[in-house]
Amino acid sequence: MTAWPPDLQATAAALAARYPERRSALSPLLYLAMRQEGGVTREAIRRVAELTGLTPAQVQSVASFYTMYKEAPGRYVISVCASISCHLLDAAAVLAAVEEETGVVDGETDEAGLFTVERVECLGACGGAPALQVNYETVEGVTPEQARRLCRWLREERPAVVRADLMQERFGGQRAFDWGPEEPAGAVAPVPAFGPYGTASDVPGSEAGL
Amino acid sequence: MTAGILFARMEAHRADSHTLERYLATGGYQALRRALGEMTPEQVTAEVKASNLRGRGGAGFPCGVKWGFLAPATPHYLVVNADESEPGTFKDRQLLERDPHQLIEGAAIAAYALGVHQAFVYVRGEYARPARRLQRAMEEAYAAGFLGRGIAGSGFDLDLTVHLGAGAYICGEETALLNSLEGRRGEPRIRPPFPAVAGLYGKPTIVNNVETISNLPWIITHGGAAYDAIGPEGSRGTRLFSLSGHIRRPGNYEVVMGLTWRELIHGEHLGGGIREGRALKAWIPGGASAPWLVPEHLDEPVTIDDAARLGTMLGSGAVVVMDESTDVVAAALAIVRFFSHESCGQCTPCREGTTWMQRVLERIVRGSGRPADLDLLLDVCDNISPGLRWPPAMTTICPLGPSATAPIVSIMRHFRPEVEARVAGGAGG
Repeated sequence: MTAWPPDLQATAAALAARYPERRSALSPLLYLAMRQEGGVTREAIRRVAELTGLTPAQVQSVASFYTMYKEAPGRYVISVCASISCHLLDAAAVLAAVEEETGVVDGETDEAGLFTVERVECLGACGGAPALQVNYETVEGVTPEQARRLCRWLREERPAVVRADLMQERFGGQRAFDWGPEEPAGAVAPVPAFGPYGTASDVPGSEAGL
Repeated sequence: MTAGILFARMEAHRADSHTLERYLATGGYQALRRALGEMTPEQVTAEVKASNLRGRGGAGFPCGVKWGFLAPATPHYLVVNADESEPGTFKDRQLLERDPHQLIEGAAIAAYALGVHQAFVYVRGEYARPARRLQRAMEEAYAAGFLGRGIAGSGFDLDLTVHLGAGAYICGEETALLNSLEGRRGEPRIRPPFPAVAGLYGKPTIVNNVETISNLPWIITHGGAAYDAIGPEGSRGTRLFSLSGHIRRPGNYEVVMGLTWRELIHGEHLGGGIREGRALKAWIPGGASAPWLVPEHLDEPVTIDDAARLGTMLGSGAVVVMDESTDVVAAALAIVRFFSHESCGQCTPCREGTTWMQRVLERIVRGSGRPADLDLLLDVCDNISPGLRWPPAMTTICPLGPSATAPIVSIMRHFRPEVEARVAGGAGG
C-alpha cells in the first residue's frame, strides 16, 4: 500500500476533525479514497479503515450498501434515471440509446475504462424528465438522439472537466426549473472522489467541507 | 406564479440570488440578528409553534411540536435533511441551488432555538451542484460571521457541516439518515426512542427538511401569527409543489394550500394542463409513496388533511401527472421497482415483498401474467401492510415497504378492468 501524499493526509485529517466521532467521516473519506485510488479498491478500504479505526470488513460493509462508492468506475459514469417521471417520458429509450452508443449495458464498465453505464432511481430532475447524469452532473430533457450525441462527444473530446451547464446547453432540453446563472468554470468546487473523472479543478477551501 | 416566501428572492434576482451579497441586500440574516439580539430561544420556538408550520419532508408533523420533544441531555444536534430522493420531488434542489443562504439562516435560527452548536446538512450524493452551491454559501456565511464563533456579535456559536450521502433513498428516513451520518449502513432504527430523545450519537437530535427550515427566516421576520394567517387551517403557509410527468408546464411552484387539484394541474400559470391536448388519467399527489388520485378528485382542495381524507397524502409535494396514454401497470412497476431497489433489506416483508411484487408486475407487463396474479399482488401487499389502508399498517421498521403497496392498490382500485385485460390473454408465467 503506497502512502498518500501529505496534502491528502492533511485533508483526511481535517475531514475527520469536522465530526464529533471520526466514524462519521467514513463517507467523505471513501470519496477521497476513490479519488486517490480510482475506486473503492482493497487499498482504499484498508486506508479508510486505518483512518477511522474500523476494520476493513466494517468499511466494506458500509461502502457496499451505497450505490455511489464504486470499485472500478469508468472515466465517465453515465447514470440514466428510470423512476416514475422519467419512465413516463420514455427513459427506457434514453437508456437504450446510451447502451447502444457506448456498447456498455446497465451496470457494466467497458474494458478501456471509459464508460460506466447504470440505470438509476430518481435523480431529482423530474420536471426535466427524462434526465441523466455524467459523473453526477445533471442533464435534463434528453432525447435518445441527444443522449447518443452526448456519448459520442465524451468519447471523442474526452473532456477533463464535465460541466452541467455546457452539457445542458448542448445536449439537454426541458429543465426541471430555471437553473439561474451558470457556475463559473473556475469556481466549480470538486466533490471529493469526483476528481479523477470529475467536475473541475480544485478551489481553496472546497476540500474540507464535503 | 408564487406566493412569495421561499422563491421570492430567486425570482426577483435571477443572476445572483445564491450569493451572500444579494442575500444581505434583500434583508438576509436580519431574522437571525433579531433572534439572537432580541429573543430568547423559547421565544423563537414559540413563534415557530404559533406559525403552525408543518414539516415539508413527507410526514407533515408540526415543526414546533417536534422541537418541543427535544430531550434536555446535551449536546443537542440539528440535522437538515437534504436527502431529497422521493421520485417526483425536486423542490429542495432548487432551494439549495438558488437560495442556499435562506437555508443556512433558517438552520442557524433553529439551532439557536434548540440550543444546538453543531448542525449538519445531509445532502444526497447525486446533488453535486446543489452541494457545491451550499458549500460556497456556507463558506461565505462563516467569513461574514453568520456561522462559527460569536455569531453576528452575539455569544452564540454554531458549526455547520455539509455531509454528502452516497446513493440510498432510505437515508431520507430520519433514523436511517442518522445511521448514515454516523458512518453506518443507512438502515432505519426501531422507534422509540425517537431522534429527539436519542438521535445522532445517541444524543437528542432534531431532523428537519430543507423546505421546513427555509421558512424560518420569514417566520421570525414577520411573526408566527402572520404565517398562520396564510392558507387554510392545518395547512398553513405556502408549499412547494414539484409538477412532473405528462404536464404542460413542469416545474416547482410555491402556492398557498387550499387551491383545488384542478387549479394546480390545469391552472394557466401553474401546471397548464396535460401535454398534447390529452386527457388526464391519474396523478400521484405526494411522491411515489402516495396512493393515486383520479379525475373525480380534481375539485378537492389541496391540503394535508383533505389528502388524508381521500386516503392519500401530500407527502413531499411531488405531483406526478399521467395522461390517458399511460400504461398504469408499467407505471406501477416503475414505482415498485424503485422500492425494491431501495429496500435496505432489514425487514422480511419489505425485502421479499417488494421483490416479489416486482417480479409479478414484470410478467404482467411482458404479457405472461396470469389472472390469479391480481389477487396474488394484493395478497403480497396485504402481507406487507395488513388491511391495505392509508396511512399504511406497519409490519416493518420504517414505512418504505408499506408505501410500496400504494401503486398496486391504486391501479387495482381505479383501473382494475385495465389490469385484468392485461392478464386475460396471458400464457402463464
